[in-house]
Amino acid sequence: MKTDRLQTDRHQKSRHKKRWTRDDTELSLLGLPCLLWFAVFAFLPMFGIIIAFKSFRIAPGHGFLYSLMTSDWVGLKNFSFFVRSNAFGMLLRNTVLYNIVFILLGVLIPVTLAVIIRQIYSRRAGRIYQTVMFFPHFMSWVVVSYFVYAFLSPDKGLLNGIIRSLGGQPVQWYSEAKYWPFILVFMQVWKTAGYSMVVYLAGIAGIDQSLYEAAVIDGASKWQQTRYITLPGIRKVIVMMFILNVGRIFYSDFGLFYQVTRHIPNSLYTTVSTFDTYIYQAIRTNAPIGQTAAASLFQSAACCMTILTANFIVSAIDADSAII
Amino acid sequence: MNRKITGSGQDRPNRLNRIRPATNAAFHMILLSAAALCVIPLILVFMVSVSSEASLTANGYRFLPDSFSGAAYSFLWNERATILHALWISVLVTVLGTALGLFLTAAMGYVLSRPVFRLKGLFTGAVFIPMIFNGGMLANYVVVNNLLGLGNNLLALILPLCVSSFNIVICKTFFRSTIPESIIESAKIDGASQFRIFRSIVLPVSKPALAAVGLFLSFGYWNDWFQSSLYITDSRLFSLQALLNRMITQIQYIAGNPSAGASLQQYISQMPTEGVRMAIAVVVVIPIACAYPFFQKYFISGLTIGAVKG
Repeated sequence: MKTDRLQTDRHQKSRHKKRWTRDDTELSLLGLPCLLWFAVFAFLPMFGIIIAFKSFRIAPGHGFLYSLMTSDWVGLKNFSFFVRSNAFGMLLRNTVLYNIVFILLGVLIPVTLAVIIRQIYSRRAGRIYQTVMFFPHFMSWVVVSYFVYAFLSPDKGLLNGIIRSLGGQPVQWYSEAKYWPFILVFMQVWKTAGYSMVVYLAGIAGIDQSLYEAAVIDGASKWQQTRYITLPGIRKVIVMMFILNVGRIFYSDFGLFYQVTRHIPNSLYTTVSTFDTYIYQAIRTNAPIGQTAAASLFQSAACCMTILTANFIVSAIDADSAII
Repeated sequence: MNRKITGSGQDRPNRLNRIRPATNAAFHMILLSAAALCVIPLILVFMVSVSSEASLTANGYRFLPDSFSGAAYSFLWNERATILHALWISVLVTVLGTALGLFLTAAMGYVLSRPVFRLKGLFTGAVFIPMIFNGGMLANYVVVNNLLGLGNNLLALILPLCVSSFNIVICKTFFRSTIPESIIESAKIDGASQFRIFRSIVLPVSKPALAAVGLFLSFGYWNDWFQSSLYITDSRLFSLQALLNRMITQIQYIAGNPSAGASLQQYISQMPTEGVRMAIAVVVVIPIACAYPFFQKYFISGLTIGAVKG
């Protein structure tokens, strides 16, 4: 590996740095289709944020672009409207609080499961558990919403059936907001724990086994081995997952909030709405596009800030673990 | 790179360094209940789909119904035209999208893995900036729907999902760590173009990475309902997931093909509603449930490559 790198370095120096080679042409052409994709589907939307600063008005007989260009600039009016609306505080609270809980449980539960699954005697059983727990990751939220409905359906659901047979009053699950924070957290963990566990297992598998052998000779208990070898060994993976999740703290898993609640009934609106569901519903109901764009841009900008901040803090503490 | 996650043999816990049998049993109980939680919903949904409507009316959804019935499935069979068409759309979008995405991703991954390339900064920036900042849901919607005019077009289901920075990083990391630079250099000395090197050297030895990315893409397409719900209103372009999504609020949506002699109204009122709802969910889930254990290892190897700092 090292000699390879030396050779390429020499190679690089022997050429004139500025010269454009046949290689450059060919590589540019090879990457061009994908570059175009990024231009259209990633960078063009970035210019779309100017909608947020305009009072969009359809110019009759002209295309969307013309209408956008001729609409009046309104500065930050769309933002101040959104930030002062009733929805803003609720959306901010829901999105951030749900995400904080998801991030904490998303480390705690999968890491625990991964540590446990490595300890049991039978590797075969471990593989079976892992395969089964990975299963929910492959379901779409639409399918999951059918699963949940089988339990929570007010008249036929399994839970109300059990409550009835115990002599209790059936619960109108889809219209009682107080249960939903727990249901959503439970479903989020249900769907993602297996996936995260697999990532952490991969990290644990990469730990040098001789460390454990040395620890045993020194008389370390299982708990001490976990605390001083396993957890430090997967610290990098944990930190990476942490930064990625913190960076998405203003985003929400749209399907979880929209599908599991069966398209957000009114009675649950203030409990389960997040920025994503708000923007989606605004798109579907043709709400004023400028204000929706302001909400959307607020979300993107806030996310950009948090991911850079999270990465900055991590790199200040431990430069090795930062991801950017 | 292709480290076994729960490999057998050498990393089996040392006999001297094992947990106590009681702890082992306790851990088994924890894992068993976690695993059970993951499959029980599927079992319940399946049992509901084969319960008779009378039993469902009397007792609600149960693991063991009073009487079984295939009415829900025979109803779906009667509506097979709708379902098979939705299946065809799902398969078409998945196959085309995965093929296109795989090509774009691998090509970009290869370009970024080259140590010497004049435009590397531009290409790297194009791939990494979107990981940090993006235009947001509304701007994406406006681009696809208003600027490109892809409403009610299958391309709206394919194009927005075919490339992701994460998949490119997987390919790039794999190419860089498994393909020796000297092989590529010698091919160049022999006069091979970069296209030729990419096609004849890089792609054939990169099957694990391509399999992983291909799986990420195909599961993404197969499970997608979001793009459909934004861009597709024409029911002839509904995928299976879009059909399921529509049926959450309108279960009658599936009933469009009354059997001889019955009016549509009668047909709908006789529909075994509860069973049908769950039966179609089963029909969508079963192929994935059967397929994923076999693909799992490629999936995991992809995650492992992606987790390496790229």
